[in-house]
Amino acid sequence: MAPTVVVRVHPRDPLYLPMHTVLEVEDLTKCFGKICALKGISFTLCSGEILGVVGPNGAGKTTLINCLLGLVLPTSGKIRYFGKDFFRNRSQILAKVNFASSYVALPLSLTLEENLLVYAHLYGLREPRERVAEVLKIFGLYEKRKRRTRTLSSGQMMRLCLAKALLNHPRVLLLDEPTAGLDPEVAQKTRDLILNYARQERTAVLFTSHNLAEVERISSRILVLQKGQIRALGKIAKLLEEFEAESLEELYFRLAA
Amino acid sequence: MNPRRVFAVLLRQIYLYRRSFTRILDVFYWPTVDLLLWGFVTLYLEKAGTEMLEKAGTEMPHYVSFFLGGLILWNILLRAQQGISVSFLEDIWARNLLNLFVSPLTISEYLLGLVLVSVVKVLIAFLVMGALAAFFFDFHVLVLGGSLLPFVLNLCALGWAIGLVTMAAILRFGQEAEILAWALAFLFLPVSAVFYPVEVLPPFLQKLATWVPSSYVFEGMRQVILEGSLKLGPLLKASLLNMAYLGGSYLIFLRVHHGALLRGTIPKIGE
Repeated sequence: MAPTVVVRVHPRDPLYLPMHTVLEVEDLTKCFGKICALKGISFTLCSGEILGVVGPNGAGKTTLINCLLGLVLPTSGKIRYFGKDFFRNRSQILAKVNFASSYVALPLSLTLEENLLVYAHLYGLREPRERVAEVLKIFGLYEKRKRRTRTLSSGQMMRLCLAKALLNHPRVLLLDEPTAGLDPEVAQKTRDLILNYARQERTAVLFTSHNLAEVERISSRILVLQKGQIRALGKIAKLLEEFEAESLEELYFRLAA
Repeated sequence: MNPRRVFAVLLRQIYLYRRSFTRILDVFYWPTVDLLLWGFVTLYLEKAGTEMLEKAGTEMPHYVSFFLGGLILWNILLRAQQGISVSFLEDIWARNLLNLFVSPLTISEYLLGLVLVSVVKVLIAFLVMGALAAFFFDFHVLVLGGSLLPFVLNLCALGWAIGLVTMAAILRFGQEAEILAWALAFLFLPVSAVFYPVEVLPPFLQKLATWVPSSYVFEGMRQVILEGSLKLGPLLKASLLNMAYLGGSYLIFLRVHHGALLRGTIPKIGE
């Protein structure tokens, strides 16, 4: 069964927001001792926009996501979500943000439903059981809800992590290599889900990936990182023109490799 | 402080235990083994000692009551400590810490959730040991009367303080420090005077025992069994020490957590 996305927000809905900035990163620097993983990173992210972050291993992609999630404190710089300082309003902001990574699983000994129920309570959802059933249906996992999480394949696990990430109707979704290790078909389905969800719910998505075709297919803009610095930021077509590159791959090798 | 988020931390552990026979067994296993082993050893020694003392024309002290009372109360401290530090380890083993720390859950809510988990474990251990002691050895822990509540609260407070320091060590040094979750509380065992009075300790350990709140609890327990009354002064001192230790260990945990955020080690814990 092909997964479907339920449209929740309508332009007449009071929650509907026109395209506007939901995340502002200003001069973000993170140094671990003498090594700086991020140097002077600045960018913004608007509602409904998908920003693909690319760069070689060690470029600072994961450190950037960890800073945006509050798992790593920056050395300097500012992070603002919805116009508010992240570190002063952490709990309030994280209620509207969510995260998934192919490298972070959910507890294996709990059932799918139990795992999501715990997070539904953590995110303060009004009708936790209904919302859990809803997201499990979106990701085609409803029939498996009573099974232990350890029985899932890696593709199903990623779908469960994405289900967790969408539980709270996030206005900003941070994804760390969401399709890494998935077979092409499951990766394609995962990409479709992310794309459809961002379009329909106008959720801003920032994702990291090593798959340039994937980045090209779903990103509104890309951010190329190398050695902790931004080498390029903008719409792919515009960047290709600016750097006189024929393809994203050529652009990537010229800027980041 | 959001009560639903605190409940979510407890709910996660309830789900975990509900589905794990070995974990449930662990909650009952050690209290049962401890109580039966030490109960029968004490019974044997008391029997042998009574015969000897009868010949000498003196009376045997309440060794069974001292031992079993001490054992039950010591398990309260141990379970309170392990209730928070092992639950923290469960989140590390399941690589769930990262998901928790990127949710709106605050550190104090997380810690309070773990404290609730430990309260449940303490209650189970207390009920199991209390029932076994009554059934096999005719020792009723409720003989401690009204003093039982301050005893339990003080032991839990020290257990949580040790648990917080254990968690801070795990956060700072990684899983290599996880052995502390089972070992650290036992450092306090000799100077807590669980099975013997403080006066039998060498002078330097007696001085050390004055800084260990649990030593006042165990001395108080023996006093209640022997005299049926309790001096409030030492218990008050224990409570003040516990407040200081609990506050101090909370600050240590916060400081270590802040250091982990600066060093970026939280996403790597459990790898």
